[in-house]
Amino acid sequence: MAAADIKLRIKRKDAEDDAFYWEEFNIPFRKNMNVISALMEIQKNPVNAQGEKVRSVAWEYNCLEEVCGACSMKINGKVRQACSTLVDRLEQPIVLEPMETFPVEKDLVVNRDRMFSALKKIKGWIPIDGTYPMGAGPLISSDDQQEAYKYSTCMTCGCCLEACPNVNSGSPFIGPQALGQTKYFNMHPTGAQQKNHRLEVIVSEEGIANCGNSQNCVQVCPKEIPLTTAIAELNKDANRYALRSWLKR
Amino acid sequence: MQTNTVVPLSSSRRFVLTRLHSLAGLIPLGLFLVQHLMGNALAIFGSEKYDEHVQFMLSLPFLLFLEIGFIALPLLFHAIYGIYLSFISKPNAHVYQYKRNISFLLQRVTGIITFIFVIYHVWAVRISPVISGTEVNHQLVGEHLANPFMMAFYIAGVLSTTYHFANGISTALITWGITVGPASQKTVRNICFGIFVALAALGIGSLISFVS
Repeated sequence: MAAADIKLRIKRKDAEDDAFYWEEFNIPFRKNMNVISALMEIQKNPVNAQGEKVRSVAWEYNCLEEVCGACSMKINGKVRQACSTLVDRLEQPIVLEPMETFPVEKDLVVNRDRMFSALKKIKGWIPIDGTYPMGAGPLISSDDQQEAYKYSTCMTCGCCLEACPNVNSGSPFIGPQALGQTKYFNMHPTGAQQKNHRLEVIVSEEGIANCGNSQNCVQVCPKEIPLTTAIAELNKDANRYALRSWLKR
Repeated sequence: MQTNTVVPLSSSRRFVLTRLHSLAGLIPLGLFLVQHLMGNALAIFGSEKYDEHVQFMLSLPFLLFLEIGFIALPLLFHAIYGIYLSFISKPNAHVYQYKRNISFLLQRVTGIITFIFVIYHVWAVRISPVISGTEVNHQLVGEHLANPFMMAFYIAGVLSTTYHFANGISTALITWGITVGPASQKTVRNICFGIFVALAALGIGSLISFVS
């Protein structure tokens, strides 16, 4: 083994119902290598540190430039994108683990379905057509566009849910991603038509009441989305909505 | 596709309970805590001042009603619901060592310490003297605190109660949608740390004055 080799320690699982096990790999280092290209080395030559030929490590990736959100994993304990994590900035052995908040399907591959169903629950879209033409939408000020843009970059990667101490199997919390997207669709003038439908989810059992203000979400978000600002604003909206609907009853 | 009426999806019980939890901590419990620490600080100015204050508090009209309605019930609700909230969270401050995340863990730890402390404290200087017919005064509290272990327990109790209250103010301002952005939240966090230091100093100063 050359001195420039890098050590990877990976938490693996052969199938959904199987048990986890750890496996180590030594791979040759190349300049500018990221965690994805390190995993590709294993794919090329799936031989573990003991020299045994093994099944190559499974993980998800698409864009390789931190816009798709598929390659989220725990790298040396903390959740981040494998594509934007450079190997020479990491302590070795580099420990790779699948995210814990989501069901693990195989090795580093997790099922992120809960976030997509959360988007359905909060009606994460703008209704632009109905049974009649809805006409052109209102203009949006450039300030509002700038603010909304940050939330539009959410790539459903799951880092915020993984780092949140209140998103876990014992809690019904929908998670910070859905709260950020609720703010995003509520601030759009056409999207605002469904504001109350979204707030109904926010004040429900799985809603904003589960937030404990640890503010990890905003720290780990690879897109630097101001999730805690969205949460504080939604707190205000949700409090008003809940009080008003109670008074109207 | 679009429905015209908003149908409640599920109960908003949890939402209402968390808002009441925040409110209970701030208004009755927070106000009482400040009043209590100020009252006890009279001990710094001598045993007569302190005994006078105790007699005044005991002479308040509808005292039992105030104690139960304004303190005991909000306290039990805040504590029991808070313990439930602590146990459904999975603190991870050892991995994600951010300031707010450490405060998140401390808020839960100090909450539990405070609850244990308060139960003992209420028993030792309120309920038990009533049962035995002993008068609560400067001398009784001084004898109580002469035991160094008791003094250490009280200092721990004061530190965790004041931290829990001060940090609770900063998160309550988020829960009520007042501090929205990161800069205002940071300013409030710093002010609240100042509140913690001031209240803790006041409380510990009063404790020490009982034995000196």
